[in-house]
Amino acid sequence: MRELICINCPMGCHLKVDDTDKENIIVTGNTCNRGKVYGINEVLHPKRMVTSLVTVIGGEHAVVSCKTKEAIPKELIFDSLEVLKNTKVNAPVSIGDVLVSNILGTGVDVVATSNVKRV
Amino acid sequence: MEKKVRLLIVGGGPAGLAAAVEAYDKGERDILILERENKLGGILNQCIHNGFGLHTFNEELTGPEYAQRFIDEVEKRKIAYLLNTTVIEVSDKKCVKALNEGGLLEIQAEAIILSCGCRERPRGAINIAGSRGAGVFSAGTAQKLVNIDGLMPGKEVVILGSGDIGLIMARRMTFEGAKVKAVVELMPYSSGLNRNIVQCLNDFNIPLLFSHTVVEIKGDNRVESVIIAEVDERLNPKMETAQEIKCDTLLLSVGLLPENELARGANVDISRITRGAVVDDRLMTNIDGIFECGNVLHVHDLVDFVSLEAREAGAKAVEYINSKDKNKKYESIAIETDGKVRYVVPELILKNDDSNPLTLKLRVSNVFKKVRLEVSVDNEVIYSRVKQVVAPGEMQTIDLKSEDVLKLRKANSIKVYLRSME
Amino acid sequence: MVDVLIIGSGIIGSSLARELSKTSASVLVLEKGNDVSVGTTKANSGIVHAGFDAKPGTRKAFFNVRGAKMYPVLAKELDFPFKKNGAFVLSFSKDGHDTLVDLLDRAEKNGVSGCEIISGDEIRKLEPNVSKEVVEGLYAKESGIVSPYEMCIAMAENAASNGVKFEFLKKVTNIEKQSNHFKVICEDCSSYEAKVVVNAAGCHADEINNMVSSRKYEIVARKGEYVLLDKEFSWVSSRTLFQLPTKMGKGILVSPTCHGNIIVGPTALDVDDKDLTWTTPSGLKEAWDKALLTVPNLPRGGIITQFSGLRAHTKEDDFVVGFAEDVKGFYNLLGIESPGLASSPAIAEFAANEIKEYLNLGVNPKFNPIRKGIKHISHMSSEELNEAIKENRQFGHVICRCEVVSEAEIREAIRRVPGAKDLDGVKRRVRAGMGRCQMGFCTPKIMEILAEELGESIEDVSKRGKGSEITIGRIKE
Repeated sequence: MRELICINCPMGCHLKVDDTDKENIIVTGNTCNRGKVYGINEVLHPKRMVTSLVTVIGGEHAVVSCKTKEAIPKELIFDSLEVLKNTKVNAPVSIGDVLVSNILGTGVDVVATSNVKRV
Repeated sequence: MEKKVRLLIVGGGPAGLAAAVEAYDKGERDILILERENKLGGILNQCIHNGFGLHTFNEELTGPEYAQRFIDEVEKRKIAYLLNTTVIEVSDKKCVKALNEGGLLEIQAEAIILSCGCRERPRGAINIAGSRGAGVFSAGTAQKLVNIDGLMPGKEVVILGSGDIGLIMARRMTFEGAKVKAVVELMPYSSGLNRNIVQCLNDFNIPLLFSHTVVEIKGDNRVESVIIAEVDERLNPKMETAQEIKCDTLLLSVGLLPENELARGANVDISRITRGAVVDDRLMTNIDGIFECGNVLHVHDLVDFVSLEAREAGAKAVEYINSKDKNKKYESIAIETDGKVRYVVPELILKNDDSNPLTLKLRVSNVFKKVRLEVSVDNEVIYSRVKQVVAPGEMQTIDLKSEDVLKLRKANSIKVYLRSME
Repeated sequence: MVDVLIIGSGIIGSSLARELSKTSASVLVLEKGNDVSVGTTKANSGIVHAGFDAKPGTRKAFFNVRGAKMYPVLAKELDFPFKKNGAFVLSFSKDGHDTLVDLLDRAEKNGVSGCEIISGDEIRKLEPNVSKEVVEGLYAKESGIVSPYEMCIAMAENAASNGVKFEFLKKVTNIEKQSNHFKVICEDCSSYEAKVVVNAAGCHADEINNMVSSRKYEIVARKGEYVLLDKEFSWVSSRTLFQLPTKMGKGILVSPTCHGNIIVGPTALDVDDKDLTWTTPSGLKEAWDKALLTVPNLPRGGIITQFSGLRAHTKEDDFVVGFAEDVKGFYNLLGIESPGLASSPAIAEFAANEIKEYLNLGVNPKFNPIRKGIKHISHMSSEELNEAIKENRQFGHVICRCEVVSEAEIREAIRRVPGAKDLDGVKRRVRAGMGRCQMGFCTPKIMEILAEELGESIEDVSKRGKGSEITIGRIKE
């Protein structure tokens, strides 16, 4: 039995996840179905969206914000940050531009989340 | 330079943008947004984390993306805005003075929406003793330094206050290679969202110490350590529990205050509790034609709710501008609360015959479990919802149907309160 | 070799520098800090005492009364904030009557006009927030308030424009008396030669004196902690409210500042470290609790910041002003605690005259007494604003929203001589960051401007000099 706080929305439901049977995981305490899905995923393969910054060359700002387009396995957070740390992009950058494609072989792209003009 | 505009919006953050879009969609074409920064979007531009827009767009956006959606809507409608323009005065005659590099603008408006957001409580407001060197930042300032300017405030961090910005910054600093040693919270509960506690602290094993505070900052030119201690029920530090944590940075996330200076200058009545304006159910202040919405009215926890409230203000401002009897004064009745409900916005209900549905927003003063949130009109309960748990950090809403709104308008007394179920 | 070398650029050193710039002397000021006005001068009550408090016949009495009278002209010449707002010394019981009479008597003997004893009710008619417990008080109409750091900066700027040189980060570690002059050696191994050395080193003046004179002094740093309220609460009082004085000083006051904030403090506690201006939980509590006696409805929610300053107290309990008896050419300005700020113009004038005589100096024919302050957009009319922006569009770019300070003002603060080199320096000159958000919003912008103006990298921008850099560098590095 694992106790989790659902993070899908501000409700923050306190979930109880019984994962003794991996084929039939039982979630209680959730208000909606998203909570159930979260509970199961959080036990089987926790994922997180990673948001960070990437260095921009020749832009109005030194950095551009970015995100993994979808959540990636939680254990890859720091490895993905290491990739982002070593990534440099040239201005201009627009929202949605792919900055790193298929990061760490997850199949998930890292995209820009803000616009940086060239100066 | 003097000019006239029908609807003037002070602040181009999420509230101002949503208000402008809604006002346009309600038929108003003469709108001007004044924004002091060099781009629209307000504080969202530095909130690069995800979690915005779940309610509004049903998807998970980052702050800049959420802002851009609204900026795009403003651009699409060709709503006028001025950047790098700081409003320095709003008068009760709805005359606005603003400064930019072109000179002083004096603008006479028919209606004004104040949507200028809030600011963080600084160190001084919470009386932390000790040295006064570098290394103490409000969490939002640190956020700006990291996310916009790409500068690192420090490597070993203690955060005082578990407000959302503090929690978000705990993760952000961790991502940039800093060690966040602890988040220290004066109250026995967090004022931040659960998801942030889970995703920003628990994920990285950052301890969250409830009922603790920072009693002293050490270090001469820069922070070298902080002394933290547990507090008793009256929030006084128990010095026998004091311990030193080595760090070079202290971030403060100890509350937000509406930026009500412009409103005060216009003789707008300010609520002692929210520190924003006292508004009626049109979100209009005691000064005819001056409206407030977003964090300048009361501090929200989700931008989605700011956008909703701002749309309301935009629509009501247009109604006001177009109404034939602008100066007609309606009587109003103030909503009473029981202290457990700390405030309700709007505070005043007009005694007119507007039958549109109405949303009341409120915050509670403590953590309460198993309660009913109720509204009574002349002692008749017209709304009652079970709440498993309510906390000060989470804004509550009450959606009232048309017929109930009409009851409110005819009432001699309106009460919003929590009723224990035990 | 310079004629006069002044150690310290607080209000005493800077005022003397300006006085000496009226003469033919070549003057050099050595300051161990990063800026002028970074010691006691930046953190005190900012009161221009009328002069009724000091014991008749003391140097404190002499200089206080004379100094206070010089303020109106100086404030006009040098364009710094000063106001005669009047003060009360409040007594909470009939027992205090004798002390009030004694103060009135001192006022008369010291030659201070405009003092009278009035009843509690009369006081409350003028200051309605004064406690009902107050039974009577001394009303001193001549008491004033000044912005001490702005005054000091004004003095230094005017001195500099009249030829005085300032050098910073120069901590004096030794003074060698040669046959006809002094060799002053600094921590960074630089050395300077001067005919006259003036010791205006504040809390460290004993150490400087003891390097050369056999008449040893000991200065005790007396810490005073303060609390500052938002301008929103300027209704608290328009006059300075003292309580009856005690052995440790003039007690806790509640006073408006020149900028409309309310200042509360200082406590008085003798401390070992002469540089450590830390605030303490007990000090802040004491200041607040005692101030509540004066104004019971003092709004706690109005506090925007706290700070503390150190007063240079000697056991002689009076100012030491004059050439050291055993060292020819070594001039002491030592133990200048309250009413040192009020006294400073008179001390500077007196010392300059003595030095002039000693060195047989002539006058500086090019001396210009006028210094214009930085133009503040917050003080401008609509026409003036438009005019200013037309001339320099940066006047239209507001950087500090709480105090309404423009980019033009900040750049000017950095460009002046001696100019701001860090965030605190900008703050003291143009008030950017002094307001209710306490630099929350404007820090990153001011950092950018400082880096640009000083030609340094943004990582090197500091709060108050080396070791207090705001950030530790770029991310991703």
